[in-house]
Amino acid sequence: MDKNKRNVNYNLYVESKVPKTKAWPSLVKAFILGGIICAIGQGFFDLYTYLFPSLTESEVSTCMLMSIIFITCFLTGLGVYDIIGAWGGAGSVIPITGFSNSISSPAIEFKKEGIIYGICVKMFTIAGPVIVCGVVGSIVCGFIGLFM
Amino acid sequence: MQTHILKHSVYLKSGYSIVGPLEGKGPLKDYFDYIIKDDTMKEKTFEKSERKLLQHIILGAIDKAGLSVRDIDLFIGGDLLNQIVSSSFTARELELPFVGLYSACATMTESLAIASLFIELGIAKHIVAGTCTHFSSAERQYRFPLELGNQRPPTAQWTITGGGASIITNEKSKIKIYAVTFGKVIDFGITDVNNMGAAMAPAAADTIKTHLKNTNHSTKDYDMILTGDLGKLGSEILIDLLEHENIILGKNYADCGCMIFDKTERVFMGGSGAGCSASVLNSYVLHKMLKGDFKRVLIVSTGALMSTTTSQQGDTIPGIAHAVELVLDTASEKDKNTQSSNKKKIITRSKTTKIIKKERQND
Amino acid sequence: MINILDYVISFLVGGFICFLAQILVIRTKITTARILVLFLIIGMILEVLNIYAPFREFAKAGASVPIIGFGATLARGAITASQEYGLIGVFTGGLTASAGGIAMAIFASFIFALIFSSKTKRGGH
Repeated sequence: MDKNKRNVNYNLYVESKVPKTKAWPSLVKAFILGGIICAIGQGFFDLYTYLFPSLTESEVSTCMLMSIIFITCFLTGLGVYDIIGAWGGAGSVIPITGFSNSISSPAIEFKKEGIIYGICVKMFTIAGPVIVCGVVGSIVCGFIGLFM
Repeated sequence: MQTHILKHSVYLKSGYSIVGPLEGKGPLKDYFDYIIKDDTMKEKTFEKSERKLLQHIILGAIDKAGLSVRDIDLFIGGDLLNQIVSSSFTARELELPFVGLYSACATMTESLAIASLFIELGIAKHIVAGTCTHFSSAERQYRFPLELGNQRPPTAQWTITGGGASIITNEKSKIKIYAVTFGKVIDFGITDVNNMGAAMAPAAADTIKTHLKNTNHSTKDYDMILTGDLGKLGSEILIDLLEHENIILGKNYADCGCMIFDKTERVFMGGSGAGCSASVLNSYVLHKMLKGDFKRVLIVSTGALMSTTTSQQGDTIPGIAHAVELVLDTASEKDKNTQSSNKKKIITRSKTTKIIKKERQND
Repeated sequence: MINILDYVISFLVGGFICFLAQILVIRTKITTARILVLFLIIGMILEVLNIYAPFREFAKAGASVPIIGFGATLARGAITASQEYGLIGVFTGGLTASAGGIAMAIFASFIFALIFSSKTKRGGH
């Protein structure tokens, strides 16, 4: 029998064998976790608006994000965030906490290879694409802005 | 010829297994020789822990057989880490002649098979064959950092912490190695690294089919047919694949990956890793054989021969499976008692025991 | 002052974005890095099309905490700076606007990496 055809058939067969997990529980969990993180963010936003009335809205927003990022890195270090992430799935990835966790987790993991080659080199193994695409994308947006 | 039926007598003298804390809670917990409580083993890195684990396993196996390190002619083994460092570093520590192998998770039966052929050819007298894996070192090499909050797909498997080693010898003993089959590398075009069971099942099917054909056995001749780490999904696929070939796997079929964990542990499709079949073979299977419950056992460890680079480049995952057939040699029981009493080297034995005991106290 | 409605909207909108992402995860087995990049780019596109600002006004933290907010900040910074400073702004604007978040992520990760070590998972995560 033709190998390609056999492989295609086998892949289809495996696909049919893979147990269908119920999608709803994980969707609900992602919704709840993502929602809670955003609500916490709103809490920080209100807190900083109250504490520092002189700041502009975007500055308060930056402070709020920085607080969340700091807390996430701390939770990652404590070994709690991977448990939260396993529970909430995308609910832990899509908020800024996911970005923060994807920087801090390889930093902590590869500490054993030393500070320079471990922490500093491996820090962006997962979040690197976010920064690269962010910078490249922002420059493209900047060019668009020139002609707006 | 893929299958070698051993003409001279090759025996599996003893086996020794150590597993981690999570595996030590599973259904096979009473069979393992030792369960470590702290899986870092007081080492700074998980790679070092894996090394230490393998060292303990090898020393334990040698000690259990009543031998000393100097009696061992060869250490055959491998592991999952890059450049099989755990095995080679262990060989360095124990100052053993070393043959390093890599067949991913099929390493245990591959080392058993090669060790048997070495004994058959009369090149060596005592060979220790063993392997082990560590969840955390495998995770950081093959997947993601441990602290990354990600979800595993339902088809994922759980690399076990643990391993086992066997002493293969030409001295008469209860368990005889009857035949070995080296498998072909088989690839049915699976690319999903989170579905290893499906990638390895065709290789296991091919090896089992070849072994049965070449030894003129049917599945009913075996008290147990064990696959290494196909997991729940993989073993279902294997049963289907063999059914197409008119080979029926009955109740005597089991998968080490499914056996080692409790259903309540959330490990998805079951355990995986080279240590999976190594620990189950050297604990549960040998125990049952020595008790006389199993008389003929076929062990088929399965491995997926991909690397992180090939899977990132979109290549498919080739699988491999090696089979070893063990039989209970009931006639040898009398001889064995007389022989082992002659061979017991009390001085050297107590020396290795001391080392192990000392190391264990440190744990 | 504290407005309960802000929290409800943040929760619902933020949750809904994560809900959409989880559908993607289940359907396509997309990895963490890919999904982050995808939503980052979505945020940039929303900003360029001038949809993000009214959306943020409505959803508050529900819009700024998800990574799309990060993308929008990058894009808004670059666009504003390019209009203000010309060509140099094209290159400096994005990172300047998002510097706080990136700097904190790197700094905190570095510090906590020095303090903590990774732990073995206890099964099932």
